[in-house]
Amino acid sequence: MIPVWAQVCYVVAAVCFILALKGLSSPKSARRGNLIGAFGALLAVVVTFIAYDIDNLGWILAAVAVGAIGGAWGARRVAMTAMPQLVALFNGVGGGAAALVALLELSEPARAGLVKPDGFFNNDAGWFAYSPLNDESGGHSLEELERLAQLLTTGTLTATAFTILIGAVSFSGSVITFLKLQELMTGRPITFPGGPFVFGGVLVAALGLGVWTVATGSVTLAIILAIVGLLAGVLLVLPVGGADVPIVISLLNAFTGLAVAAGGYVLENALLLVAGTLVGASGTILTRAMARAMGRSVSSILFGAFKGGSTAG
Amino acid sequence: MTEGVALLTVFVLAVFVGFEVVSKVSSTLHTPLMSGANAIHGVILVGSVIVAGTADEAGVLVVALIAVVLATLNLVGGFVVTDRMLEMFGGKRPPDAPA
Repeated sequence: MIPVWAQVCYVVAAVCFILALKGLSSPKSARRGNLIGAFGALLAVVVTFIAYDIDNLGWILAAVAVGAIGGAWGARRVAMTAMPQLVALFNGVGGGAAALVALLELSEPARAGLVKPDGFFNNDAGWFAYSPLNDESGGHSLEELERLAQLLTTGTLTATAFTILIGAVSFSGSVITFLKLQELMTGRPITFPGGPFVFGGVLVAALGLGVWTVATGSVTLAIILAIVGLLAGVLLVLPVGGADVPIVISLLNAFTGLAVAAGGYVLENALLLVAGTLVGASGTILTRAMARAMGRSVSSILFGAFKGGSTAG
Repeated sequence: MTEGVALLTVFVLAVFVGFEVVSKVSSTLHTPLMSGANAIHGVILVGSVIVAGTADEAGVLVVALIAVVLATLNLVGGFVVTDRMLEMFGGKRPPDAPA
């Protein structure tokens, strides 16, 4: 796949991320830790441009420039008090990016005319040999077809569906936390009759759609899954009160990390897998620590308003 | 399939490293640590670039470029805002010392 030197650079980047988290845990080394993390990210991105066969280079560099200027400008300009909602917004767009990447990867075999054969556990990527495509009339090399078939195996499809769902939840949930902290909507918990049942129903629908997407490899179902994920993110954050919102941002941050990790599995990119997992795991610990520092538990923050609503009603 | 198991092994090990590495964080650093971790998952930019770099249809390229912009916002904005938070921490100390 990609050259060995590039994979070694990815390992260096992964170590940088571990050192960054370690550094950020102590006041003395925090700032240096953040810089080490930024260096690791820069290394990873530069290596990716060189090691992979990248078309559309001009467009991509332009998009990177837009994002970099926008991100740096926003981060420099924002008022100190508005930093938490900016972090929420950055976290949300990261989740959105992960979901889009997974959707596009899923659409690749379909665009090449490859469909998943019947059978949920049909994991033998060799079935593509029976595909009408293997006469290479579509201009696909055997290696390319193998890669596309791999994207339709149950393991990869599960990771794809997970990335799409969790990325969408993180995106819409983060937007709601942003609106709450920015006081564009009320900071008070928003509940409505039957809220827990609606939320439960949406979760069941998401799970069902996820399994269905894995079984069929259908892009249409994956898009519906993404929409249901967006709805679930909104319903997750609406009942949370303003003071508890930072803890929910931390939780959604861990979610995005896991979505990125699963995206790394789909792309067979070990760096994305490690970086995403590190954030997912450390974010979970951090969320619990933050809740404990406020004398709350994570479940009481997420579902407390539901309980309060039911006793009042 | 062995490739999949190798990635799964990496995943499990990374979970433990992630747990361990932040286990002793002081509560004053909760927000910067969250912000720094947030910046790190911005490396999904790597994935966005790979997907955009193989796009062969205009529609796919447009969606992939949106992902590139979003991921770069996350990555660059995340590290810059974390640095600003920590600058604030460092800046607070000198005025405290004379007082």
